[in-house]
Amino acid sequence: MTASATRTNRITTTRPEARAEVSASGKRNPIAHLTPEDIEDIGRELDAIRDEVLASRGAADAAYIRRMIRTQRSLELASRVVLLFSKFPPAFVVGTTGLTVAKIIENTEIGHNILHGQWDWMRDEKIHSSTWEWDFASPAEQWKKSHNVEHHTYTNVVGMDNDLGYNILRVDPDQEWKLHHVFQPVTNFFTALFFEYGIAAYDLDVKGFKDGTKDKDVFMADLKKVLKKLRAQMGKDYVVHPLLSGPSALSTLLANAIANTARNVWTHSVIFCGHFPDGVETFETESIEGETRGEWYVRQMLGSANISGSRFMHVMTGNLSHQIEHHLFPDLPSNRYAQIAPRVRALMERYGLRYVTGPLPKQVGSAWAKVFRHSLPNKRPGHSQLGDVVAAARDAVTDVLDSTRGMWRRDRRSLAAAPA
Amino acid sequence: MTSPGDVVAPPQADRSSVKRALARVGRGARRVAEALATPLLPEDFIDLVDPLRSGADLRGRVVAVTPETPTATTILIRPGRGWRGHRPGQYTRIGVDVDGVRHWRAYSITSPVGAETISITVRAIPDGRVSNHVRHGLRPGAVLMLDQATGDFVLPDPAPDRVLFLTAGSGITPVMGMLRNDPLPRDVVVVHSAPTSGDMLFRRDLTALAAQGRISLVTRFTATDGILPVTALDGVVPDWRDRDVWVCGPTGLLDDAEAHWAAAGLSGRLHTERFRPRIHAVGDGGEVTFTGAGVTVAADAATTLLAAGEDAGVLMPSGCRMGICFNCVLPLTDGSVRDLRTGEVTTANPEDPVLVQTCVSAAAGPCHLRV
Ligand SMILES: Cc1cc2nc3c(=O)[nH]c(=O)nc-3n(C[C@H](O)[C@H](O)[C@H](O)COP(=O)(O)OP(=O)(O)OC[C@H]3O[C@@H](n4cnc5c(N)ncnc54)[C@H](O)[C@@H]3O)c2cc1C
Ligand code: FES
Repeated sequence: MTASATRTNRITTTRPEARAEVSASGKRNPIAHLTPEDIEDIGRELDAIRDEVLASRGAADAAYIRRMIRTQRSLELASRVVLLFSKFPPAFVVGTTGLTVAKIIENTEIGHNILHGQWDWMRDEKIHSSTWEWDFASPAEQWKKSHNVEHHTYTNVVGMDNDLGYNILRVDPDQEWKLHHVFQPVTNFFTALFFEYGIAAYDLDVKGFKDGTKDKDVFMADLKKVLKKLRAQMGKDYVVHPLLSGPSALSTLLANAIANTARNVWTHSVIFCGHFPDGVETFETESIEGETRGEWYVRQMLGSANISGSRFMHVMTGNLSHQIEHHLFPDLPSNRYAQIAPRVRALMERYGLRYVTGPLPKQVGSAWAKVFRHSLPNKRPGHSQLGDVVAAARDAVTDVLDSTRGMWRRDRRSLAAAPA
Repeated sequence: MTSPGDVVAPPQADRSSVKRALARVGRGARRVAEALATPLLPEDFIDLVDPLRSGADLRGRVVAVTPETPTATTILIRPGRGWRGHRPGQYTRIGVDVDGVRHWRAYSITSPVGAETISITVRAIPDGRVSNHVRHGLRPGAVLMLDQATGDFVLPDPAPDRVLFLTAGSGITPVMGMLRNDPLPRDVVVVHSAPTSGDMLFRRDLTALAAQGRISLVTRFTATDGILPVTALDGVVPDWRDRDVWVCGPTGLLDDAEAHWAAAGLSGRLHTERFRPRIHAVGDGGEVTFTGAGVTVAADAATTLLAAGEDAGVLMPSGCRMGICFNCVLPLTDGSVRDLRTGEVTTANPEDPVLVQTCVSAAAGPCHLRV
């Protein structure tokens, strides 16, 4: 990858010979103290934890996911029924709350995890990654490819992991600053509001299509599937259910809009907390070439952050509150992450690795602080950050003028020629 | 205006247009229900309340679990309303979750036709996952997955006058299914072997039928008397050549019977039911890739492609699991597989995929199957 070879930003590599003790912006290498043997030992220990869970997977786990699905569907059904009378404020509040929770669990603890293949071992064709479809703008098939393959393989590798868009956000001092990063707090806010559509666009690889790296026919076929799904989703939430509510149509429509938006903001926050809070590392492309199993595990641990909280919280996040455990073992049933978390944490602490975790508000705050902080260029001694931004803006304007000057002249000439 | 005479016999066209209109309303309602439930199906919500209704995926509710012998258990099942009934001698498939994992197995139906419930009788085999689970893991009230009855181990219509049933062990099950229906063929001989009298399935039913003179029963307890060789039939059923015969039991019995009846030039009169495939050949094993599922697993020479896929969590189509129903067929798009019954190796390449029965084939080197 030539683009990344010339990139000046950090970061950590797990390959000792390629490791810098300190990054360009002065960040310490978090695994400088580990030998290659340590890293492989970590890998072996984690493999053993995984094998233990696999060997004990059974009826209780199957009962868990079935119960979760039953509860979620009952809650959704009940909330929809209550919303038929949403003209009455108490019904509106109860129905909207229920629908929001149901929609969140459908996406997180159920959809996300089933599509990861966490429940494929049950061989129940109704609860299987190859047959599941979810209440989300991106069709399951497209999401699985971009999420499971790209995000989980290239976790926090700058330039490769598009999950939350390193293309848009600058969240690391070693990432090169560009003028558009000034707007990233605003961009990020809107990404949160329309999260599912943003993800659908990522999964479609709209950017790849514009850059010419995605085949046009494939793109068009995928786009058709997305539009079909969008039509069904929108039809359900904004047409059919409201119409069914008769006199409560408008309030039901509003309830659906609130539920969808709240879910967008919630899932955005959860995922945002998974890889962006303070203490989470990012990696450069070279660092993953020829990566060993141990190195892969270490990268997953250092590139993820957990959220602490109650059991209900964990369910609401789809156990992505155990992001570290999930990234280590993406296909283990989500109900087991809480169980292995103390061991993973102990292991990381034993090897002097930071187990990043905290309550949701703290983690969200920390991630947002990064978005604000890095929207401005790094502080340079003797320069003001504002000055740097202004200079960059001036350069950008000059660039635009330079590249359009020819056009202006031609235009003026043709204008002058016209009356003659 | 219509005259009274018209009312008695409404025109055909009217009735069918009413039907069509109703169908259209039905389809419209269905579309609305689908729009309400998307991306799920309306069924996913209705299943919450009524998993056995008609139109649902076929399921059955366990009504009773009754031990028959120390190792055999009869399960009484009330099938969902989509059940289409069976012919005596046919089998059904049940899908049960053992340790959270869904397994499908075929079992002969042992109950008479036309009842509200069906029964199957399962003999536990050592280390058998499903056959042991049904006795200790299934409780009345449990819901299991069910498939429509199938199989051609049945009496023809009209039934022949003189019939021989030659069975051993749990092979009596499909025959019991036939014997529990009326009327029986005029002249029925049942030759049944079991290890001991305590192990013998349906002992009471069979002796009762014999006491009523409806069948002639010959039992053989192999633990004390040794196995009855087919060649010794002459001594037991001297007129066996004049009878249509239905044989079900262990592989050895079936193989011997096939050879015996073929030698007598009477293969046309022989009907067999096998509970497991006859394995002749094992080969090399290899890496099996299930394209579409994106799964690759190493499988040894004795592991069927079906089992290899299932163990890796791939949703594999399946049926009898022993090479008769062709429900498990998948295209082999690359590499070689071996038919475990014959040892024959089938090779395919992406330009020329070949359909193979995954339940009786194993990898013979690396291979790709499309699911
Ligand atoms: C058409 C048809 C009808 C059948 N009807 C009946 C019936 O009425 N009653 C009944 O009890 N079974 C019947 N079977 C057999 C049944 O489907 C299962 O194969 C059997 O119960 C074993 O399943 P399991 O899960 O317990 O064993 P598995 O866990 O699948 O197998 C465990 C071990 O036992 C071996 N094994 C598998 N099947 C047999 C067998 N039949 N005998 C000895 N060893 C075996 C396997 O090779 C394996 O090593 C029928 C099979 C077919 C194809
Ligand atoms: S499952 Fe019946 S032939 Fe393979």
